Amino acid sequence: MRIVAEHLSYTYNARSPFETAALRDVSLTIEEGEFFGIIGHTGSGKSTFLQHLNGLIRLPSSLKHAKKQKKGGAETVLRVGEFDLTDKKTDFRALRRNVGMVFQYPESQLFAETVREDVAYGLKNFSPDMSEGEKNDAVRAALEVVGLNYDALKDRSPFELSGGQKRRVAIAGVIVTRPEVLVLDEPAAGLDPLGKREIMELLHRLHREWCRTIVFVSHDMDEIADNCTHVAVFSEGTVRYVLPPRELFARADELAALGLDVPLTAKLCAALKEQGIAIDCDLTAEDFADKVLSFAREKGRIA
Amino acid sequence: MKDVTFGQYYPRDSFVHRLDPRMKFVFLIVYIVAIFVATNFYGIAACALVLAAVIVAARIPFGKVLRSIRGILVLLLFTALLNVLFVEGETVYAQWWIFVISKEGLLFAALLCVRLVLLVLCSSMLTFTTTPVALTDGVESLLTPLKWIRFPVHALALVMSIALRMIPVLMDEVDRIKNAQRARGADLDGGGLIKKIGTTIPILVPLVLSALRRAEELGDAMDARCYMGDKHRTKYKKLRFGWRDLVALLVGAALMTGVVLLRIYLPAPY
Repeated sequence: MRIVAEHLSYTYNARSPFETAALRDVSLTIEEGEFFGIIGHTGSGKSTFLQHLNGLIRLPSSLKHAKKQKKGGAETVLRVGEFDLTDKKTDFRALRRNVGMVFQYPESQLFAETVREDVAYGLKNFSPDMSEGEKNDAVRAALEVVGLNYDALKDRSPFELSGGQKRRVAIAGVIVTRPEVLVLDEPAAGLDPLGKREIMELLHRLHREWCRTIVFVSHDMDEIADNCTHVAVFSEGTVRYVLPPRELFARADELAALGLDVPLTAKLCAALKEQGIAIDCDLTAEDFADKVLSFAREKGRIA
Repeated sequence: MKDVTFGQYYPRDSFVHRLDPRMKFVFLIVYIVAIFVATNFYGIAACALVLAAVIVAARIPFGKVLRSIRGILVLLLFTALLNVLFVEGETVYAQWWIFVISKEGLLFAALLCVRLVLLVLCSSMLTFTTTPVALTDGVESLLTPLKWIRFPVHALALVMSIALRMIPVLMDEVDRIKNAQRARGADLDGGGLIKKIGTTIPILVPLVLSALRRAEELGDAMDARCYMGDKHRTKYKKLRFGWRDLVALLVGAALMTGVVLLRIYLPAPY
């Protein structure tokens, strides 16, 4: 499913002293099959944008905006696949079934007595006609794809698991309905480096086997550089850039002006360039290591 | 969820906002007593006028203040209905079985409703114009005499301020959890009572767990900073009684006197 947003604006607490514009005239297209990264500071509008994607925020101000703008030309568009989110009659439950949403610290949404029951919650809501056997099969598949053992965990309480396991169970609870698009808000936040890597590996596995399109927010530039097809940079409610990571991180100065960092590989490339060594890599850790090695071999420094 | 106005501070830089919170408390108490001392419509009208003046002076939109009545709407209707149907009087308009509709009953019901409305509006003005921190400082200061009988005033004020502080935090939490469960297909926006109970558990369990976790973390954080209650503790912001507070005091005294005089010289209850 292709995601198209045009001239999307959203204001929290409109017409009150707490009024804050979260999105201003955002236009963004995410193609089907992408592994799409979003970066930006807290309060830059990332999460607000994500919540639009499955209709948790319903565009009241944007709609008015659209009516106002119709005379002037630019009209608000928000479409996810065949779903038109500016239309009130859209079937939002069907949309949510197709767009899975993993919030920040998703383990805080666990509630059921057993892991099996918790993961099956989405199935119970979206497909009430499913038989118990089918449900169990779906739960087993979801737990296995996130790397957990169904038989060992199904009857345990989700609250007695470790932090990393809880997060996996929570993610399983979202993907169990097999959404086509998976949206994640900082899926690796608060995990140790190993846990972070495991989550990123999990996202890749999901992208290969489970969900066609993945959209995720991250603060870790190395994660972004290593994984994404495109990156969108949010700042103060607007989208500043939408570029492949390699082109984006070539603009280190502009990112620094927005208060954003670049990945370690980009910093190393810049440092080497100062020494007169040009490394042309795509900024993933692997490619960087390969290019540096082949450069060193060329120079005959190592065999 | 965000529409709950109770306890929501409405930031403005106004006469009322700058009053000493203790003065506001005292004024509120005087005002509430005045509402119930006033037995005729002149007295109530005087109270309403004072409240209107307070709202104007606080520069808060009337609509915003009036919205806080929504919470007691049911109570209001119920009270009115009971009084209209059961208060007996001399001028009877209609009578059926044990129900009587009389002139006195109607007037009494109206008076009671206006009183309740004024009561709620005035109380919410206090929370609209005072930050939770100032509110608890005020309570603590006003309750100081109780310290003589070893009543833990400081702890009480602390509990109050934490509770007030946590209301918006937990509201946000509810929003977050609701959104997460909605994304998993929970239908939270409709259905009958039975269905509502069913959908509450996926929200309530995570909410209670997170509240407990927060409480524990807060306790640990306070311990880590050697929190010892109010022993040897000074205040960052000292409360001071200024000219504005004198004005408020005079207004309160004038209102009280006026209401008492009206009661004495216009004894006719309506």
